[in-house]
Amino acid sequence: MNARTEPELLSPPMHSPARLSNTHLDALEEETIFILREVAASFERPTLLFSGGKDSLVLLKCAEKAFGAGRLPYPLLMIDTGHNFPEVTDFRDQRARELGAELIVRSVEDSMKRGTVRLAHPLESRNVHQSVTLLEAIEEFRFDALIGGARRDEEKARAKERIFSHRDSFGQWQPKDQRPELWTLFNTRLAPGEHFRVFPISNWTELDVWQYIERENIALPSIYYTHKREVVERRGLLVPVTELTPPRDGEQIEVRDVRFRTVGDITCTCPVESLAADAGDVVIETLAADVSERGATRMDDKTSEASMEKRKKDGYF
Amino acid sequence: MSTTTLNPTADGTAGAEVDTGTALRFITCGSVDDGKSTLIGRLLVDSKTVLQDQLAGVQRGGETDLALLTDGLSAEREQGITIDVAYRYFSTASRKFIIGDAPGHEQYTRNMVTAASSADAAVVLVDATKLPWASQVDEGEVVKRELLPQTRRHTLLAHLLRVQSIVFAINKLDAVPDAALALERISDALNTFAEAAGVEVTATVPISALKGWNVATRHADWCGYEGPSLLEVLEGLPVTRRDEAVPFAFPVQWVEKFSGSADTSRGRRVFWGRVASGHVEPGQRISILPSGQTATVAQVLDHARNPKVVHAGHSAGIVLDREVDVSRGDWLLAPDAFEPAREITATVAWLDDEPLVPGRVYWALQGHRWVKAKVARVVDRLNINTLEAEEAQQLDPNAIGDVVLALQQPLAVRPFTESRALGSMVLVDTASHRTAAAVLVR
Repeated sequence: MNARTEPELLSPPMHSPARLSNTHLDALEEETIFILREVAASFERPTLLFSGGKDSLVLLKCAEKAFGAGRLPYPLLMIDTGHNFPEVTDFRDQRARELGAELIVRSVEDSMKRGTVRLAHPLESRNVHQSVTLLEAIEEFRFDALIGGARRDEEKARAKERIFSHRDSFGQWQPKDQRPELWTLFNTRLAPGEHFRVFPISNWTELDVWQYIERENIALPSIYYTHKREVVERRGLLVPVTELTPPRDGEQIEVRDVRFRTVGDITCTCPVESLAADAGDVVIETLAADVSERGATRMDDKTSEASMEKRKKDGYF
Repeated sequence: MSTTTLNPTADGTAGAEVDTGTALRFITCGSVDDGKSTLIGRLLVDSKTVLQDQLAGVQRGGETDLALLTDGLSAEREQGITIDVAYRYFSTASRKFIIGDAPGHEQYTRNMVTAASSADAAVVLVDATKLPWASQVDEGEVVKRELLPQTRRHTLLAHLLRVQSIVFAINKLDAVPDAALALERISDALNTFAEAAGVEVTATVPISALKGWNVATRHADWCGYEGPSLLEVLEGLPVTRRDEAVPFAFPVQWVEKFSGSADTSRGRRVFWGRVASGHVEPGQRISILPSGQTATVAQVLDHARNPKVVHAGHSAGIVLDREVDVSRGDWLLAPDAFEPAREITATVAWLDDEPLVPGRVYWALQGHRWVKAKVARVVDRLNINTLEAEEAQQLDPNAIGDVVLALQQPLAVRPFTESRALGSMVLVDTASHRTAAAVLVR
């Protein structure tokens, strides 16, 4: 246990099982590995979306167990908004090198140069525009399956999605007309130009992810753990002060002890106040959390109740 | 009271084997507006799983609408209905749960079947206010007590899919004038129906999802019920038992090649998949479908590549003692234990909008093998109200019926009642690629 963890966090609340359930984590890991192998076997050109974030690092750990170290049967793909935390992209590159994996990076800035992405104003978040670049990459490499680290507990639209989720030839999700998914008999049949998004950790919760990171000793980018950072408070969120997210008039810059619960685009990702210095500390904090992962950290999801569904329909991950 | 029973182990074995370390996957189903989404909202709120920001997101006009916690699609919120399954996760002090909130509309039965196919338990909600129980009944008068069609359909589907525990939750009993009488009569009707359909009822619990009565905590002195709350029932339910009694069968999911290996003393490939029945260990003889070749198991790995004996329901990597012709979709089988069949009779839950018609050819998927399957004939269709088998020429959307399928290649099958993995298939429309049916081998 880390000495800096606040004492009140050390007694987990009554409602959650504090003990680690290895049976539960083993079952989740086994389900994930089954899906990863199914993708390797049933598609011609799959890829694994790898951001350097914790969920994709959990996926990679499972992939290593599924295929053996250094034997990943598909390339890694990252869509770079150009607004990612350097600690995360550095980590991403390092991890890909260690795995001996092919890493494909396609950037929103290139789409902007091509004119396929146009921002409403220069400081507009590029997060939503990733969909365009992603669909361009799918066309370029003719990918037929994209493996992603999305979880059903993250958000209500994601709670509805199949593990093998069909996309039409425009890359669109049809949430009202999903294919039935019976047992683990996955219907992976495609027409030309269509593809699948596959979510092997659909059934993991944020707590499961952190307990697995702790158990498997998975290395993460440093910003997942406590560090001092300049922030301003805005609409109940801590907004990091960066060149892309400068303070607004009247906002007080403060230095706080924070960590990130998600590490998306800088312009829409906020840290939470925390002294958690390792995965064990984060597990304890997660047990005590009273605000959801996306609620605490994502400015883009606050735009409207259905903003994730809309983005997903447009091809977003 | 006699109408309320709690029998978490339907097979009569001791209850001690409930492994609470494994999450219980359950679905909530039943007719539309019976309160499924509200019940789940209630379970999430009362187990303190719902976080502040999520609760703030479901305030409408100052009131908390619990159903909005799970209705995640904008079309669902517009129409106030559930279209597709929402999966939610929560824990109590003793158990982790994965809930599938299944839609009630007949039109979306395919999504209910999706949720039921992976569930350990089904909670069938029954809305007490929609049924005529509470009305005055004259002494001696015979009242026809029909359950709603979707209550019957979902109970039957859960039963057909071998969902291990079926729990009835009689909801909205707070809104009827005589809750005790309504509970008694609805329980009677449910039990009569269940008995006729051969459904074993694990428990019947009176609840008010809206008020939280008997959901997470017991509500004392209400409608004569003194049993456990719904959540207490769920905490004690077992996860689905594996089909270990059937001889070894293993569908090959993925073939891993070690072409660089200098070791030629045995097979240089690992056959990965999930053990469908029985178990696998080194030294075991196997035969291969379709080639008919035989070999001996040289090594067995678990899902994470550690040497181990692997049992039904778990992933394994199998190395054989010699090079044989095996590819994805093939089966490794206990020798002489199976007789591959070219024609099978199966109960079909038809899920597509286009009807099933005799003569049509579909793709069938069993394990990891795709074969063409032609509908030779429709045997009959189940009338979900009378439970009678009726003559039928085709199966319309959401119908359940028996059909004879002619297979392009022989498959090793077992009745679904013996083996989930050997007895289940899906049919896929060759033109639209839509998943059209759940097939349960008879």
